[in-house]
Amino acid sequence: MSTWVVVLLACALAYALKLAGYLVPERWVEGERRSRVTTLLPVALLAALVAVQTVVGDGGEVVLDARAAALATAVVLLALRANFLVVVVGAAVVAAALRALGWS
Amino acid sequence: MTASPPEPGDHGGATLPARRRREVLRQSLYVGGATGAYGISFGALSVASGLTVWQTQALSLLLFSGGSQFAVVGILGAGGGGAAAVATSTLLGVRNGLYALQTSRFLGVHGIRRIAAAQLTIDESTAVGVAQPEPAAQRLGFWVTGTAVFVGWNLMTLVGALVGSAIGDPSRWGLDAAAAAAFAALLWPRLRSRDAAATAVLAVFVALVTSPVLPAGVPVILAALAAVVVGLRHPGRHERALEGEDGTLPGSDPVP
Repeated sequence: MSTWVVVLLACALAYALKLAGYLVPERWVEGERRSRVTTLLPVALLAALVAVQTVVGDGGEVVLDARAAALATAVVLLALRANFLVVVVGAAVVAAALRALGWS
Repeated sequence: MTASPPEPGDHGGATLPARRRREVLRQSLYVGGATGAYGISFGALSVASGLTVWQTQALSLLLFSGGSQFAVVGILGAGGGGAAAVATSTLLGVRNGLYALQTSRFLGVHGIRRIAAAQLTIDESTAVGVAQPEPAAQRLGFWVTGTAVFVGWNLMTLVGALVGSAIGDPSRWGLDAAAAAAFAALLWPRLRSRDAAATAVLAVFVALVTSPVLPAGVPVILAALAAVVVGLRHPGRHERALEGEDGTLPGSDPVP
């Protein structure tokens, strides 16, 4: 496959998946139970994404490094009811500082 | 405030109080800024992997999903072959389709706006959208975040592709941690609901346990099962108890 074919095929399939979610017939996702599931889907996916982004290493194993320390900082700030910007900047500062100190 | 109910396809921003509107806009732009800045590392990595500037830009414009884009250029750069690159990218893209099941419900879009909404359906726009309690704020958050990330991500992709890694790795500035912290902050208020908290805990567990044995991207999709298990199990204790469907919960929690 030429690079252009790979690029355009990946783009087409990615868009098809996004659009598919909008074209699902409404009756597939209506009703109390199904609507609960679709409401909880982003919670499940985003929680898993955060976990994978912060504590999973290249080999799929759990690794505690600057990313995990930054997330822990964010959670503490959230528990202290800090505002959104403080949480986001606080986590970035902790990660950047730890990396500057050589703890990746 | 007008007395008429908002149109289903209405942009909705106008019906929000000014304070809430500013809050949502601020959140959207922070998320857009942090994520958009990351486009520079994608642009640099893509060109370093052997793609042209045009191919790199096509990925950011047309694919527009960070995880998938990094997978495509990472696999091509490592000589992994086109089929593997397309397959991994597509697997990572399943997440967006699942997000769309929920975003389509509050966006209520049709025609050309649905075409646009689909392209903007990514982690960030979904996270900001679903984090808002009112429908008007959900729509505003989705559109502004999606547009901000799209513009920022594409501009920074171009910068990264042209100047390479001269600016340095954004993770040196903790931008990767900022993105994860933003998702956590957006999820946080929802975790007060017992069902959402149970879903999050189960999802994290599934993702971490399966990460060592499954290819990248699959654990997060598998974690979607947490929503299915919790959602189908019983009416949420902190949410409305159902009448007439397999019995309401005795002694359900009176806490709102």
